[in-house]
Amino acid sequence: MPSVLAQAWAIAAKDLLLEFRSRTAFLSALVFTALVLAIFNFARDPTAVSAADLAPSVLWITFAFAGVLTLSRAFGLEKENRAMDGLLLSPASRTAIYVGKTAANLVFVGAIEAIALPLFALFFDVDLLPVLPPLVLVIALATIGFVSIGTLMSSMAVNTRYGELLLLVLVLPFLVTPVSAAAAMTAKILALRPSVEWAPWLRLLAAYDITFVVLCTLVFEYTLEE
Amino acid sequence: MTAPASFDRSLRRSAVWIGISLALIAAVYVRALAFTPEEVTQGLAQKIFYIHAPSAWVAFLAYGIVGLCSLLYLVFKDPRLDLLAASSAEVGVVFLTVVLITGPIWGKVVWGAWWTWDARLTLTLFLWFVVLGYLVLRGAVEEPGRRARYSAVLGILGAVLVPFIHVSVYLFRTLHPMPVVLRPGRPELPGAMLVTTLLAFVVFTIFFFSLLARRYAWARAVDARAQQEAERADAS
Repeated sequence: MPSVLAQAWAIAAKDLLLEFRSRTAFLSALVFTALVLAIFNFARDPTAVSAADLAPSVLWITFAFAGVLTLSRAFGLEKENRAMDGLLLSPASRTAIYVGKTAANLVFVGAIEAIALPLFALFFDVDLLPVLPPLVLVIALATIGFVSIGTLMSSMAVNTRYGELLLLVLVLPFLVTPVSAAAAMTAKILALRPSVEWAPWLRLLAAYDITFVVLCTLVFEYTLEE
Repeated sequence: MTAPASFDRSLRRSAVWIGISLALIAAVYVRALAFTPEEVTQGLAQKIFYIHAPSAWVAFLAYGIVGLCSLLYLVFKDPRLDLLAASSAEVGVVFLTVVLITGPIWGKVVWGAWWTWDARLTLTLFLWFVVLGYLVLRGAVEEPGRRARYSAVLGILGAVLVPFIHVSVYLFRTLHPMPVVLRPGRPELPGAMLVTTLLAFVVFTIFFFSLLARRYAWARAVDARAQQEAERADAS
């Protein structure tokens, strides 16, 4: 097990270093997120819907789409010069490849969320500081959920025609649970409701994460060449 | 070039079964319309249940077969399991579409709205999306071995997703008040209606399996021909 984690870490570190050197994907994903947050504000009738009512939905639609759109990067990176073959020939196990890719995606999406969250607070006039710990927990759990599924799907989608569009078609049905749970919990948390009111959602989201992280790790090897 | 005789035979046999089940469906419908009493509150609208409910059962059965065959495929790597899963998904999507069309027709009359985010309705909608994704994925991968592995992975994940969507929709609904819709509890079925309903379930199940058998025989024939062509190309 330690060797799997060490291999996974090496793969994640490689991906993140590549990203850190160019920063193209990160910056475009960040600008995309900021743009969506800004456009959402104008896609409502300000006399009918207050910004605060819309805030949880906006936050989660933005995070989910920004997250899924950036996921194809992880395996797209390995297509050039058939780098995936090199990765498969390396001593790294298939599990390590999946864990490493997922970890790199989590850091990538997490960094975007960390910058977008204050921006969201600014645009939608939300006081984040008193609710930060539970909100970060919800964001972390929901992000783990859709990144683990999305990383697995992107490993298949990169090898198909219309890869990026197909990735969205495959992943979006799987977002029902994390997005509805996260949006419902965010609404309760921002309204300073007691935690018992959103505990059922938290349990559901935790069960979803455990199930799909384990399942995706198990079936990942079947998405690779034999 | 023709398919081997055994495929011809199974195609013919499935055609006979499709004919029989269509006749049986017609018979059940004559019984439902002419010899089964009308429901008091819903009137004629309730008659659509004899299509709607059995289609829903068959659609979920079809997806169960997809999930099971996907799992077995990853274990045994038998290409026939992949073809069976694909056939079941394709036949299943037809029944899912029937469910999604007949549901709103009934809903408009009884609930007063074409669409409500009712738990079972939403679940069916998302199952439809998953199955469409499954079929689109199959169309997007050329190489048969890879297509089989990819679709098996998606088939398994989709099967695991279904209960999660069900719970999500249920929580969503109980935490939000429902719009004002008339939602009668499941009516206690009087004898004649119960018999008609059970007959409809049986007949639709036969219909599903005969369609599945035909689609599967056809998939085998296409597969065999592709192999013949590959062998011929190798030989020349």
